[in-house]
Amino acid sequence: MFATLLKQLSTLAISLLGLTILTFILSLQSDTPVHQFQSDSVILQYFEYLQFLLNGDWGTSSIHKRSVLKDFLQHFPATIELILLAMILAVTTGLALGIIASTRRGGWLDNTLMTSSLVGYSMPIFWWGMLLVLLFSLTLGWTPVAGRIDFAYDIEPYTRFMLIDTLLHHNQYGFSAFLNALHHLVLPAITLSTIPMAIIARMTRSSLLAVLKSEYVRTARSKGISKQRIIWVHALRNALQPILTISGVQISIIMSGVIITEYIFAWPGIGKWLLEAVSRRDFASIQGGVLALSIIVIAFNLALDFISIYLNPRLRRPS
Amino acid sequence: MIKKSNENNDLMINSSLYRDTAWPTKLLLSLTALICCSCSPNRDEAGDEARDLLVYCSEGSPDSFNPQLVTSGTSYDATANILYNQLVTYKPGTTEITPSLAKSWSISNDGLRYTFNLREDVPFHGSQIFTPSRTMNADDVLFSFNRQRLESHPFHGISGGRYPYFKAQSMEQLIKDIRKTGEHQVEFILTRRESPFLSILATPFASILSAEYAKQLNRLRHPEWIDNKPVGTGPFRFERYEPDAYIRYKRFDDYFSDSKRVKNLVFAITPDAAMRFARFSAGECDVMSYPLPVHLRVAQKNDLKSVQTPGLNVAYWAFNTEKPPFHDAKVRRALTMAVDREAILQTVYDRQATMAKNPIPPSSWAYNKDITKVTYSKRKALELLKEAGYENGFSIDIWAMPIQRAYNPNARKMAEMIQQDLADINIDVRIITYEWGTFLSRVSQGLHHSVLLGWNADNADPNNFFSPLLSCSSAISGNNYAKWCSSEFDQLILKARTSSEQSERTQYYLKAQEVFKQEAPWLTIAHANNSVLIQPEVAGLMVSPIGNINFEGVTLEVQVADPIDDKVSQ
Repeated sequence: MFATLLKQLSTLAISLLGLTILTFILSLQSDTPVHQFQSDSVILQYFEYLQFLLNGDWGTSSIHKRSVLKDFLQHFPATIELILLAMILAVTTGLALGIIASTRRGGWLDNTLMTSSLVGYSMPIFWWGMLLVLLFSLTLGWTPVAGRIDFAYDIEPYTRFMLIDTLLHHNQYGFSAFLNALHHLVLPAITLSTIPMAIIARMTRSSLLAVLKSEYVRTARSKGISKQRIIWVHALRNALQPILTISGVQISIIMSGVIITEYIFAWPGIGKWLLEAVSRRDFASIQGGVLALSIIVIAFNLALDFISIYLNPRLRRPS
Repeated sequence: MIKKSNENNDLMINSSLYRDTAWPTKLLLSLTALICCSCSPNRDEAGDEARDLLVYCSEGSPDSFNPQLVTSGTSYDATANILYNQLVTYKPGTTEITPSLAKSWSISNDGLRYTFNLREDVPFHGSQIFTPSRTMNADDVLFSFNRQRLESHPFHGISGGRYPYFKAQSMEQLIKDIRKTGEHQVEFILTRRESPFLSILATPFASILSAEYAKQLNRLRHPEWIDNKPVGTGPFRFERYEPDAYIRYKRFDDYFSDSKRVKNLVFAITPDAAMRFARFSAGECDVMSYPLPVHLRVAQKNDLKSVQTPGLNVAYWAFNTEKPPFHDAKVRRALTMAVDREAILQTVYDRQATMAKNPIPPSSWAYNKDITKVTYSKRKALELLKEAGYENGFSIDIWAMPIQRAYNPNARKMAEMIQQDLADINIDVRIITYEWGTFLSRVSQGLHHSVLLGWNADNADPNNFFSPLLSCSSAISGNNYAKWCSSEFDQLILKARTSSEQSERTQYYLKAQEVFKQEAPWLTIAHANNSVLIQPEVAGLMVSPIGNINFEGVTLEVQVADPIDDKVSQ
């Protein structure tokens, strides 16, 4: 167990090393240097660069002169809010659809679900998002087109998580501000969750089918264990392993998806911030943003690895 | 045996799970219910105060809240006419100068001294960290200009110390001194006669900031707040800015003019034009900036309102006169005849523009009406090319600007149309485009054969077209991308700039336009309209020819929704 953890951590260290070297080399290419280094040798400059990063000095935007790290942290809550809701939507709906499909294998419902998941899986997200806006916002008028909340609500950004901030304004607006914010989250979250949802549904179905066929499920059944218990305790827990792995891979899909989704819905998160930085050639922000996003993806994958190890005893032994 | 048990197993699980797995279905249903429950909470629940709200879907985030530090129209829109005032301003919707913070002014006979008498009743905004103790006076004017002008000024180096517009207009050379000649009187002393000076003072960089606020920030040891926690004299005061999301303003109730204004003004930042139009169509914003030609057409069909003003802008195709074959004016003239501009107006501008025959638009007082429009004729073009010795054709590059601007909504498409036109007269065209920053720097270096660009004036004086775009000095370092330098033309625009009689200036400019036509350094393509889309209840909004938007005097009128009510009241 300990050796495995150590192995995981060393992978993390190597990834971070590679990442910082890459962004450091990129920063050397830029005409407007993000940091001013004291030393002449490139290697010493790299260590200075690391020190800057650790001290929280990620540079200052060349356009609007704000601190990059502060800017990133300011935009991050909006992205987290969107990703969390999309992830919840993707996992719950994906699991549910997968289980429904696997229990009706070969039936019309299974076929419909699997076909639509294939479609969802191959959908270009910007087109899908636009389509949803066209249908739900413009034609039906059920959902707002863009933004995080109706501007009639004057919400002071305490935490910058709109759902929390609206609850903190409960005295002023009651729950209507919270509901309005939730209402604004629905369409972006659906757009973002579509691809991971489809993948999770397909994975759940195939994984569950494989497990349900296995010998030990049959043994369990022959012992007279209830069907519910078989699904929940025996089948799903074992089926969950590949699902979890797949969900982990989704984070990079979600990260790239969130950039497009935020652009479509004028969602003021990291994605929109990064795209804006790219269009204005704000190198300090691009560099800082890419570094931060990569660190998040790496950290997330590491966390998932640990959960997998916890769930699956076989992985605890180093190979 | 095994096979049988397998079937059994499947069967059992199938049937028994039917009930047990009803939960996923329930979950899906409840999710849908949640989505629908959160539907349609509306504005009314936010209370009366919030209802007097005007939302403007703007095209981008401002770079700063101090217009002295920036040059982008997006930043000007969010600051100059909302938070601040200038000494003089344009009458809404026109290019005529009227008093603003200065109630009157006089100009000395030699044109070197401008004396401004300031209004005495202009309060500054207050904020949590600042309570103004006095109204605006000469110190504030001195502070605002000296910060940009003098490197020794304590605020000069704050927020980077670059004042791009001030520099671009060479104001530090033009202004010799600014003197306080009274509590409410200032005098500008110039080094040379500069007729467009008043127009220059009406531009955003000449906004007046509070000297007292600067002092207060120095005490708080946060001088940089002057640029991101803005305090001005304008019709609205700054409330909050969430980068890339929104800017919130509140009505400034002590504003010196009693113009009508809404209580709350919000800029909803929406860079994507299609999304902006979607938000507008869904009623999420009352005013939409920079609609594309196609949006205007859709709006017309659906009886949505648009506000349009002929813009002070021009789109042009500049020939690099330093590169053969464009060093020959005959070739340049030939090419201007070979392009079907009618088709470009139709396809690229969707008719939301007028064809350009001069570099300045018809709304300018220096416009030469008597210039004859170049007529589209491939035969004449071929004849001219033959005369110049190019009957066998040649190949050129057209650089098309990669971004979309009101004055040139689609340079790429434009380039393709020119490419087809020129193919008919044996000219082979290669279209080149780069990312915007790279594009501009390469074009400045003169690496292009020809380039499709445009210009939007930032003040209403015709000099703002001629000097930066076509003078000899701008060919060396400036926006003269034709790299064209005609001594005759240069003399004319210099004389026009330094004489004070408008009739005299007009004569010089009329002549300059003739020289321009004869030499044809550009094919002038179009003057686009400046337009915004507005909801029916928005009243009093005007777009200035310069393109700035102004929310002073804009109100939301309650629409009579029910015709029955109307009858009852009658």
